[in-house]
Amino acid sequence: MGYMFNGNEIDHDEEGYLTDLSDWNPELALMIAQSEELEMNDERWEVVNFLRDYYEEYQVAPAVRVLTKALAKTMGPEKGNNDYLYELFPYGPAKQACKIAGLPKPTGCV
Amino acid sequence: MSEAAKGTGKKVPKKFLYVNRKAPYGTIYALEALEVVLIGAAFDQDVSLAFLDDGVFQLANGQDTKGIGMKKFANTYRALGDYGVTKFYVEKESLQSRGLTLGDLQEITYEDENDDFKEKPSIILVSRAELSEVMAQQDVVLSF
Repeated sequence: MGYMFNGNEIDHDEEGYLTDLSDWNPELALMIAQSEELEMNDERWEVVNFLRDYYEEYQVAPAVRVLTKALAKTMGPEKGNNDYLYELFPYGPAKQACKIAGLPKPTGCV
Repeated sequence: MSEAAKGTGKKVPKKFLYVNRKAPYGTIYALEALEVVLIGAAFDQDVSLAFLDDGVFQLANGQDTKGIGMKKFANTYRALGDYGVTKFYVEKESLQSRGLTLGDLQEITYEDENDDFKEKPSIILVSRAELSEVMAQQDVVLSF
């Protein structure tokens, strides 16, 4: 299974998460977002980039509860809350945003 | 059940202690323990970790996993504060017999929500005797 990208097939698992994190790039992110029927805008990019930074630092994709807390801390409570995040990523910020960010599915996320 | 919890009818979080006794690499125990901690943390229990024997190496500074092609999961311990896991008991004797001191371990902190989000150290240095007391207070002890 894979995303067809610039003539190459990029492997993903049965849920669409990239097999190899290093395959990720912003154009591929756009393509994954499209398959999630989401259009990337500044707000969504902000969350996706935040997740990538978080992963870079801690080597783990945060659970939603941890993500909201961390976002609230760095970007303020108007962005670090469930309503805002679910509006951006209706099928779950952890699931969709992590997938677009090229990260593994958050541990413990069902 | 503690005295304070009696009669309130409230569900009391159980005390879970995850005991880490193995070196971080070479076996899957350390990484698996960490994954279980991350999953368990979602259930709002009272979770703490213990590091003894070669398990103290899991917290060592300056780990580089490039050569073995594994992800550097040592960084993830620093995220556990966000998951509400704030007690890392490290056994003194295990450090000493491996020529390590607290300074050889990475700095792990958490923000104390009950104290104006002050950053506090998560690592608690304990003697073998103190650690066995900690173990005796737990509802569940899981050893890896």
